[in-house]
Amino acid sequence: MRRMISFRDFDWVLLAFVLLICVLGITEIYSTTYGTKFAGAHVKQIYFVLAGLALMFMVSLFNYQVLLENAHWLYAASVLSLLAVAFFGKKYLGARRWIQLPGGQHFQPSEWVKLVVILALAKYFSEEENDRGASLSDVAKAGAIAAVPMLLVLKQPDLGTALTYFPVAFMALFLGGIKLRHAAAILLVAGALAPTLWIYGPQLHLVKQYQKDRLTAFLNPDADSQKTGYQLEQSKIAVGAGGVFGKGALKGSQTQGSFLPEPHTDFIFAAWSEEHGFVGAMALLLLYFMVLMRLIHNAQTASDRAGGFVVMGVVAVLLFHILVNAGMVVGFMPVTGIPLPLMSYGGSSLLFMFLALGIVMNIRMRRFVN
Amino acid sequence: MLGRETKITSSKFTAVQYTILVVFLALAYGLWRLQVGRNDEYAVRAEQNRVRRVPIVAPRGKILDRDGGIIVDNYPSFSALLLRDQVKDLNADAQRIAAELHIPAAEIIEKVHRDQLAKVPAFQPIIIKADITPDELAFIEAHREEFPELETMMVYRRLYPKDGFLANLIGYVGEVSEDELNSGKFDTYQRGDIVGKAGVEAQYNDMLKGRDGATKVLVNSKGKEVGRPKDPTVPFVIGQKLKLTIDIDIQKAAELALEGKNGAVVALNPRNGEVLAMVSRPAFDPNDFAVRISRDDWNRLANDPDHPLLNKAIQAQLAPGSVFKIVMSVAGLQEGIAQTMKVNCGGSAVFYGRVFKCWVLSEHRTHGVVDIHKGIYQSCDVFFYTLAERLGIGKIAKWAGALGLGKKTGIDLPNEASGVMPSEEWKIKNFRQKWYAGETISVGIGQGAVAVTPIQLARAIGGVAMGGTLYRPHVVNPTDVPPDFKDLLISNVPEVVHVPINPESWLTITNAMGEVVNPGGTAPSAHIQGVDFAGKTGSSQVVSNEFRKTKGGSANQFKDNSWFVGLTPRRNPEIVVAVLFEGGEHGKLAARLAAQVIKAYVDKQRQLRNNPTLFSDKTDPGSVPIAGVWNAPGTGDEQTSAAEEEHLQGGTLLLKVSGSKAFRPGRRVRLPAMGPAALPPQPGAPGKPGFGLLGWKPGQNRPSPGTPAVN
Repeated sequence: MRRMISFRDFDWVLLAFVLLICVLGITEIYSTTYGTKFAGAHVKQIYFVLAGLALMFMVSLFNYQVLLENAHWLYAASVLSLLAVAFFGKKYLGARRWIQLPGGQHFQPSEWVKLVVILALAKYFSEEENDRGASLSDVAKAGAIAAVPMLLVLKQPDLGTALTYFPVAFMALFLGGIKLRHAAAILLVAGALAPTLWIYGPQLHLVKQYQKDRLTAFLNPDADSQKTGYQLEQSKIAVGAGGVFGKGALKGSQTQGSFLPEPHTDFIFAAWSEEHGFVGAMALLLLYFMVLMRLIHNAQTASDRAGGFVVMGVVAVLLFHILVNAGMVVGFMPVTGIPLPLMSYGGSSLLFMFLALGIVMNIRMRRFVN
Repeated sequence: MLGRETKITSSKFTAVQYTILVVFLALAYGLWRLQVGRNDEYAVRAEQNRVRRVPIVAPRGKILDRDGGIIVDNYPSFSALLLRDQVKDLNADAQRIAAELHIPAAEIIEKVHRDQLAKVPAFQPIIIKADITPDELAFIEAHREEFPELETMMVYRRLYPKDGFLANLIGYVGEVSEDELNSGKFDTYQRGDIVGKAGVEAQYNDMLKGRDGATKVLVNSKGKEVGRPKDPTVPFVIGQKLKLTIDIDIQKAAELALEGKNGAVVALNPRNGEVLAMVSRPAFDPNDFAVRISRDDWNRLANDPDHPLLNKAIQAQLAPGSVFKIVMSVAGLQEGIAQTMKVNCGGSAVFYGRVFKCWVLSEHRTHGVVDIHKGIYQSCDVFFYTLAERLGIGKIAKWAGALGLGKKTGIDLPNEASGVMPSEEWKIKNFRQKWYAGETISVGIGQGAVAVTPIQLARAIGGVAMGGTLYRPHVVNPTDVPPDFKDLLISNVPEVVHVPINPESWLTITNAMGEVVNPGGTAPSAHIQGVDFAGKTGSSQVVSNEFRKTKGGSANQFKDNSWFVGLTPRRNPEIVVAVLFEGGEHGKLAARLAAQVIKAYVDKQRQLRNNPTLFSDKTDPGSVPIAGVWNAPGTGDEQTSAAEEEHLQGGTLLLKVSGSKAFRPGRRVRLPAMGPAALPPQPGAPGKPGFGLLGWKPGQNRPSPGTPAVN
């Protein structure tokens, strides 16, 4: 290191937006869990945020170059942890996603594996031979880097998280200079494979029946008003009933009457929209927009190509989460178990975000290092 | 080292930024569409999600008699509920609860298991017993600590008179059926709602039912109550009172008269069509329906050969027998045939090559020379056979139809039967056969295919006595129906019908009817001393004699039905009573039942109007002369009731020979010898053309012309 690292170079503006979203999330978690068996979750969320902040500062001090250099080890550890989940994981709600940690906490490796994939792809595309546009073998190799952990997550089953590996790979390929005809070919193959997966997926244990049901329900919500279609419909009612200014905290009938499913996790944006209306929902979207713009700014100012790749990987994950989660809440997307980053209750998701932000800060703080 | 200076091109960043912008604009559009564009729609749906309406059933309106006395009331009834989510030890508690509530424990456990299997939410209460007794209610109240799973619920139930009093007219209530819900008539109803199923309960259901209230409850997605809104209750509106035209005293007399018998009684005021009494026996107990009738009880009622669920006053369709001779007389007189007709009754006559017997033959007597007057009060079959032959079925059907036979009267009760008045067209239409002239002969004495309901008969005979004015019968006075429910009064039957009966015919018929309950008539035993009581007997076979023989001739089965339609006073009557006594055999027996009802009416009216000579046979109620000569019998001659009243009809069917008629000597005055002097005055009789209404004076008997028999 040729220069002292200073917190003056820390992106305090980005942190302010992030913390504001976290605070809004905590108030909404309080509102949605008030009087339910989840009451008090907002306090836990505060602890997660504080832990996340600590993690972020720690990671920001640790040179990301070291992480990139050891990306292959991290990748190997990730695959192992996912295998560990597959064999020793704790089953909850029909899915094996968590590892029981000492002290009663659960850990969901698929979250931080995402970050490792970002690092691995950044490293791959930053190596000398790969920085002049992506050849077909680059595409295949990069695809394989993302595909291995993705299939393991899909087996858990966690379709939502598995899907988040797509934008990471996609962003890396885009920035790495994939050729238009390769991109088109991939899309064509995927389009041809999708129906096959749709029909034979359950038999091959790649897609679960309930995942199919969710998509069916999305395409035809009236067909099963009591299951997934019901969830989507209740979400739309919650959002629609919010109106322009919302019903106020603790007053959303859809949220408080638990008509809205999972109001403090997956559907927290619907709960927020019901209680704070169009104005509140737009304000929240604007905060996310600012965060994303700020991240891109950091990517542009990164001192090296790999740093830019990493930050843009985080952008891809964040954007994808917002698109899929908020899109689901307003009825544009099928129901997937993807939380809204920074808002939804849950330690794993939050710690991933702060970990990612820590690396972003790390990159920013070293933007003048050459 | 990593980090060579091949930086990412800025155009790629710009592309990503625009992508983000597009995504966010799309999301903003999605929010706008739901929250601004369709806010109203979703606000309503959110409210529907949240608020559940628990109905509070409105008590039905009371049913009153014509003087405002309560006939049908409501009572608060409690049901025992089991709250499944409060049960700690079902098997242990069920034994104890079952013992105290007097139900099998297995039934409670089975109901709980059924709900569990059906995945009914645990907070949904289970009705373990409806209509619990005060003791059972006290047990639940006293053991709230011990059995927190027990709860009670109050609903108003119908309280009907006991012993089937007025049951067929009132009807009963029950849960709205699937068919009714699909019929479109019950669009505002939901499964489980209580509606009138029969009688006035069904006819005036809209008026009686009131409007249910509701308690609004805030619920969560599981349907569990989480609170109450600011204005939780919508009060119910109690149903409208329904005032019947039934006179409770007349009804009691009619119920008593028919006690232990099968048949029907209907009493009308022919001056306006009000139904004063209506009885059908056997009846049922509508209280059995008020809670929930068991399948066995229902099957027993529905399959009873005596049809307790049938309101025979408006639904029994039977041959009227000789009562039909009044209709024949109207036809005969109005067509100008009967006035001059004289028939020599030799006990039987031959028409179209077949022998038709007169009932009198069974007593080894004959009627001798018979005119219209004697034909009525002696109910001479041969006379009416002859009249029927002369008139032909077309004219008979015309007059019977004008008097409302074979047609619904339009009474305000559900499922009225129409009966049958045969005619040539009717036969072609229904049987694709030509009418045989011989059939007309049977119709002449109210047999054959003629089928009428008691209410039709009461209205027709009452109308004849009114001089041809027939009202549509009703059990609820239209002026007692509030304007909001005027739809209930819509009928396609005219309210008043005027049948042209000229005064001479009217006097002839009413006077002859007066003779029926006097010595020489067919039912002198029904005579009410000092009352201007008139009527006509009838009896009709239910099966052919051949059929009866094949059934072993058992005494009670397939006995003839007996009829009587009586009224007072004989002209412009205030009351007409039709009695159908199933298996009564003799018209005189029905006449005695009718006399009880008439007497109750006369006694009540005399008392009410403080006029002990009201409806007296001594005074002239309508300044119209009456046959006073028959009102002072005192000849001391005796006559057997069998000889006097045995009264069988029938054309081809009539083969019955009665050999064991009760002989009751010393009871009644014997008829004076059947001479010309015995014939009562006959306005409009031949030889005295233009005989005025007031021209006749008591005692001024005219000799009978004694025309030879036609046949």
